[in-house]
Parts: sequence; C-alpha cells; structure tokens
Amino acid sequence: MTDIAIIGGGPAGLSAAVNASARGKSTRIFSTKNNYLERATRVDNYLGMESVSGAAMMESFRQHAKSLGISLETGQIITILPVSDYFMLNFNGAIVQSKSVILAIGAAKQKSLPGEEQFLGQGVSYCATCDGMMYRGKKAIVYGLSDEAVSEANHLQEIGVNVTFISGKQRPAALASDVQFISGAVTAIMGENIVQSVNVNATSIETNVVFILRNVIAPTVLCKGLSIKDGFLAVNRDMETNIPGIFACGDCSGKPLQIAKAVGEGLIAAQQASKYIDDQKK
Amino acid sequence: MGIIHPSTKDFDQLLQTNEVVLVDFWATWCGPCLMLAPVIEEISKKYEGKAVVAKVDVDVERALAEHYQIMSIPTVLVFKKGNLAGREIGAASAKVYETMIENAL
Repeated sequence: MTDIAIIGGGPAGLSAAVNASARGKSTRIFSTKNNYLERATRVDNYLGMESVSGAAMMESFRQHAKSLGISLETGQIITILPVSDYFMLNFNGAIVQSKSVILAIGAAKQKSLPGEEQFLGQGVSYCATCDGMMYRGKKAIVYGLSDEAVSEANHLQEIGVNVTFISGKQRPAALASDVQFISGAVTAIMGENIVQSVNVNATSIETNVVFILRNVIAPTVLCKGLSIKDGFLAVNRDMETNIPGIFACGDCSGKPLQIAKAVGEGLIAAQQASKYIDDQKK
Repeated sequence: MGIIHPSTKDFDQLLQTNEVVLVDFWATWCGPCLMLAPVIEEISKKYEGKAVVAKVDVDVERALAEHYQIMSIPTVLVFKKGNLAGREIGAASAKVYETMIENAL
C-alpha cells in the first residue's frame, strides 16, 4: 500500500510529492495530461525564476521530482473511497490503495449543465468504464470535454452502446468510424425521473444516457462528503479537509490561484499527511 | 447470516420478511463496486441481527435492476418494511450507509 496518493501533477502535487519523499513516505502521483500552468506563456512573479514560460517551469518542477525517483502516472482518478483506516482509489478502472490522499486537482473553470445534478446516476454519468455496460444496446451521448473522452467513446461503441460523440471541435481523427459525431455543445439535459434527451445546438436529441467527460472531476463527485466553501474545497491551515486523512492544496483549495501559494500548500499538505500516517501507527 | 444474494423471484419475500434490508446493486466489471465490497462487508457484520445486507449482480438479475431503475452502479437501496427508504448512488463511505440503516431502524 502506498503511503500517500497525490492527485494532480501541477505545482501543488509535485511540491507535495517532493516534500513527502523528504519525510521518507512513499508516494504515487496521478495526473491527467491537462495542465493549466503548462499553457501559460510567461510567469513573472515566482521568486528566483524571472520571466519564465509555464512549460519551462513545469519541466523544471517535474525534473526535480524525477531526480528523487518520483514519476507521474497519466490517467484519471474517478473515485476516492475512505475505508476504515485507509483509502481506495479508482484509477482508470484499477484499484489503488493508500494510507492518505492529497488532492491537488486544480480549479475547475466550469459550471454544471442544467439537469446535470438532477439526473446524476439517473442517466448522467461521469465514468464510461464504470457505467457503460448498463447501456449496451441503448443510445448514449458522450460529451467530450476531456483528453480521454475519445477513447472512452470508442470503448462504449465497442461494447455495444450506440454512441453519439459531441464536442465543440472538429471530428477527432481517433474517433471510431461507426461513432456518430455532432459538433456543438450540450446546453441542457432533460427527462422525467430519468434522462430522455439532451439539447445540442438548440436541437433535442433522444438518449438513454449522457456521459459528461471533463478533465477535472468535481471534488464532491470524486469523494462523497467533502466540504466545499465558496466553490473551493474547505481546508484549515494544515490543509486538512473535513475527511480525516484527505488533504487538499493548490488551486482546488482556494484563491489566490498562484504557483507560489500552490507550492507552499503542497509542502504543508505533505508534512501533515506524513504526520497523519505516523499518528495512525501509535 | 452474512451477505445474502437474492434472485428476482425471492426478492419480494426478502423485503416482506425483514424489517430493514440494505441492497447493493453491483457488477463484476465495475471498479467502484469492487471498491465498495469491503465497506458492505463491514456494514453486514456491524448490523448482524438488526438489518439484512444483500447484493444483487445487475448482469444476473437484470429485471430487478430495471425495476428499481438502477442506471449507475454501485447503487445502494435501503428498504424499511418493504418500502424504499433510501437510495445512494456511487461508492460512499461506511458512515453514509450506516446513517441510512439507522434512519430506517
């Protein structure tokens, strides 16, 4: 079992990993390909690194972690489940166990769609690999907002789901030829008790399910029962969430959304997670 | 008694003959369901003699899953005197299910 599972490979997550390693704790970092800092053209306010690109900064952070033998595992954590004195995480369908968890998942710049919360679990799903089999022989909309959405849509089609892929971009080259494609945005999810249709480009399309696949999964979906304050994960000065053993740092724990703050919080989260694990042994 | 695995045909009788029943709808291919298994096991031990804990494989008992509109798994239902008293979709911590049972007892 890993000591600390870190979710997110940005500045907060990498800082947490480096500092957990300094405390002799084993870590695994799970990260999607999507990184906000990577796309910043220039950063001017990080001490000691003048006018550097976000990509160069990220590379430097990753190299530091790598020099300590820490590697990033690419993919998405879909569920975190507290079990008595440890945690189980669903990483792309594989189960990972850890003694504590640090969330460094970044800030989601997205609002939920009309009908999304109302129909969650009643035809709205965030996980194609989890719920796909329930919809064999039925119609599914895959709303592809994440990097992994195309492969998930292909997987659904393969197991016998009738998939329509919707994205604001052009038809992805990797999308299986038998998957239908519509360029546009889902603006509403409708039904009675269960999902019956979605609105796309002001047209109603019948469906049994809509998979909404985003790069950042809402923390309350990731782990049920996490407290939110002002749209961010509620933490104290020790970066503890309301669930013992789960810590949060970086953009997901609140403003300012800055690298220096993320790195500092990563340090605190790692130290406190290490302390939590040591205290559990007593 | 431990966890029981009712079929569609004896499901109603299970609900009629027991005051409080918790049912975990799951499938072998579902990652979060497998994660939930030890939690359900824990619940079953804790409430031995007070509540019945059952598991229904949605692939085997399709009719039952359809009847209760199970569209995402795991889904856990709690019944009191045969009536649906609670529904929790997705894997949650033991505390959530304990509260559902306590509310029904």
